[in-house]
Amino acid sequence: MSEDEEDERGGGGEGKRWSPDLVGGRGGGSGGGDPPPFSDQVLENVLENVIQFLDSRRDRNAASLVCRSWCRAEAQTRRDLFIGNCYAVSPARAVERFRRVRALVLKGKPRFADFNLVPPRWGAGFYPWLAALVPAYPWLERLCLKRMFVSDDDLFLLAKSFPSFRDLTLICCDGFGTAGLAAIAEHCRHLRVLDLIENDVEEEMVDWVSRFSTTSLESLVFDCVGCAVDLDALEALVARSPSLRRLRVNQHVSVAHLRRLMARAPQLTHLGTGSFGDGGGGGGEMEVADLRAAFAASRSLVCLSGFRDLAPEYLPAIYPVCANLTSLNLSFADITADQLMPVIIRCHNLQTFWVLDTVGDEGLRLVAATCKDLRELRVFPLDASEDSEGSVSDVGLTAISQGCRNLRSILYFCQRMTNAAVATMSENCQELVVFRLCIMGRHRPDYVTREPMDEGFGAIVMNCKKLTRLAVSGLLTDRAFGYIGKYGKLLRTLSVAFAGNTDLALRYVLEGCPKLQKLEIRDSPFGDAGLLSGIHHYYNMRFLWMNSCKLSIRGCKEVARRLPHLVVEVIRDKLEEDDVEAVEKLYLYRSLAGRRDDAPPFVEIL
Amino acid sequence: MEVSVSDFDNLKATELRLGLPGIDAPEKPAPVSPRGSKRALLKANEECWPGTSKSLEADTSNQEAQPMAKAQVIGWPPIRSYRKNSFKARKAEVEAAGLFVKVSMDGAPYLRKIDLKVYKGYKELREALDNMFRCFSTGELSGMEGCNGSEYAITYEDKDGDWMLVGDVPWEMFISSCKRLRIMRRSEATGMPSSP
Repeated sequence: MSEDEEDERGGGGEGKRWSPDLVGGRGGGSGGGDPPPFSDQVLENVLENVIQFLDSRRDRNAASLVCRSWCRAEAQTRRDLFIGNCYAVSPARAVERFRRVRALVLKGKPRFADFNLVPPRWGAGFYPWLAALVPAYPWLERLCLKRMFVSDDDLFLLAKSFPSFRDLTLICCDGFGTAGLAAIAEHCRHLRVLDLIENDVEEEMVDWVSRFSTTSLESLVFDCVGCAVDLDALEALVARSPSLRRLRVNQHVSVAHLRRLMARAPQLTHLGTGSFGDGGGGGGEMEVADLRAAFAASRSLVCLSGFRDLAPEYLPAIYPVCANLTSLNLSFADITADQLMPVIIRCHNLQTFWVLDTVGDEGLRLVAATCKDLRELRVFPLDASEDSEGSVSDVGLTAISQGCRNLRSILYFCQRMTNAAVATMSENCQELVVFRLCIMGRHRPDYVTREPMDEGFGAIVMNCKKLTRLAVSGLLTDRAFGYIGKYGKLLRTLSVAFAGNTDLALRYVLEGCPKLQKLEIRDSPFGDAGLLSGIHHYYNMRFLWMNSCKLSIRGCKEVARRLPHLVVEVIRDKLEEDDVEAVEKLYLYRSLAGRRDDAPPFVEIL
Repeated sequence: MEVSVSDFDNLKATELRLGLPGIDAPEKPAPVSPRGSKRALLKANEECWPGTSKSLEADTSNQEAQPMAKAQVIGWPPIRSYRKNSFKARKAEVEAAGLFVKVSMDGAPYLRKIDLKVYKGYKELREALDNMFRCFSTGELSGMEGCNGSEYAITYEDKDGDWMLVGDVPWEMFISSCKRLRIMRRSEATGMPSSP
């Protein structure tokens, strides 16, 4: 359940702080000039000893700008490198500046790739980075990749190249399968973490679980691996991993097997169940009691997820742990409010809750009544289509806002919403940092007043002073964007779909939100004039994505001409477009590396 | 998924609203978009659309006025395919069970069995039966009104044990209530025997 956590945890800056000075090569860190004189050397040693305590990358970025020796000292002591856009800097340059990196976070495709808006083979291949990492960081310990293309060969090379390798986290990646996992398992002898989160894993039917050679496993998350694993091998692995704290299995693990796994690992803190249903196990009264006993024995559980093919009669088995839970993910469980009730009323300490809209407004009322310390709520739709019934509405949102005053983050899918409910939430939940509302039917107004949703979202940006991430939906006019530009001073990420009337809307945002880092827009009537209004700001942003708007090639070329350190990509779905003028998909991002050399034929870099 | 015009007309003509008394269909907000509605629906397409097909009662109560084709929008609502596939997989398992019913034809020496779930509508069913029983009949089969000169009528036995003419009710309702099929000679159709 770590979706977008890094983005929300204050991830504004990058490993390379943007500044035109660095472009000239002056800021190469330790890469330039003669070694400094002795006294300076002493000073630098002292500096390193102090700067090494800086953890936050924003602080480090700031420190590196003070002067050259600070820049050098900081570069020598940076252990954790965060690259928010794999194309923003070349691998060679990154490893040249930061010589002692132990942990790397690397992000690839833009987020809209999750919704099939970026054609396959667009890019974000891991190999070019891997090739640079192998010689540069032999002591690499941790790697986190998000939305990258990672092949089995890459995983094999990774496993063989870093003897101290400990943690591998892959989020929303694709290109690899169980063969690659087998290589990791076999060759990473000190592996502690293997977290596979929502990846598209090739089903190769290679047995990988039996290949683990580590005895220090702390976390194993593989619910996205579609094929079954050898359950005996899994049980043996769990049995010989005394440090195991997090285990999330896939849906091929039945309730019966889960019970055996839990018996082997009573010290688990995070558990992701498999099917939580019969799935060939039989089941009946006896089994529920056994399962319940297993949960009762797991005194350390604080996070529960999974519940993929839930048989509701098994739910009572989790009652013994509810009171200790801080995080519960039922978002794959098709349950009603009645089925939710006995569970949720026991979860007084819940801080994170993900659920399906099948529980309805009534279910949300129950949540609001019990979970007073709720920080994050996500309500997903069972039927993710525009014309679905929609089981939650403004009523549920209002109830949550009244009961959960500490709410920091909300993602809410619905079909019916009112400005009043959204405004109420903005008043009640002053701690909101992330507000993402998705009214699934496009262009839907407030269903009571028939007005656009401008005032509701306006209230959010106005009242929630800590807001950094916003996703809007429903019928919205330029007015809504006026509010965002006027009040969204801390806003870093904004997602827009099917909204706005004219270029003014885009201008309001680009001129009004100084902290804006990531802007993703689809199907909104914004054209070249709006695009050009952001020229003063694009160097401060990680990226801008626009698809199905009103952009033309002329406007995009103008931006490319005026901002030479911006990479402006025009992506075409079909190689021969009828209208060569119109730009269907635009992705632009600042970069020290210039145009990339791995762009496929359907990407034109201006 | 192509649906013939005759199916569409038939469905519209025989539209039934079923539901428990006292339950109101949810009010569908009228579109107010200044840019023109992009969300007009084709009712028949709705029923055939995988993943969005629901009971037709809900469909009819949620209809838009204009019967224009609805474009399936890529990536909207913004749900990752990982999540969408989890539910689709489960739905596919449930649907894979199949709905096999016996089909008898008057004068044929043996019966056949077909899986109703593989057909998308009446037209496909008719064609399949036609192919299956062609050797036993001289002309085309037809259970639909408006087809002249057909020798046979397709009937079915429903949950209550009544023999009904195929084609009257919406497809989804038909396959959920059909227990067996009988292709009977038109000459007998006017006065149905009490037992097949």
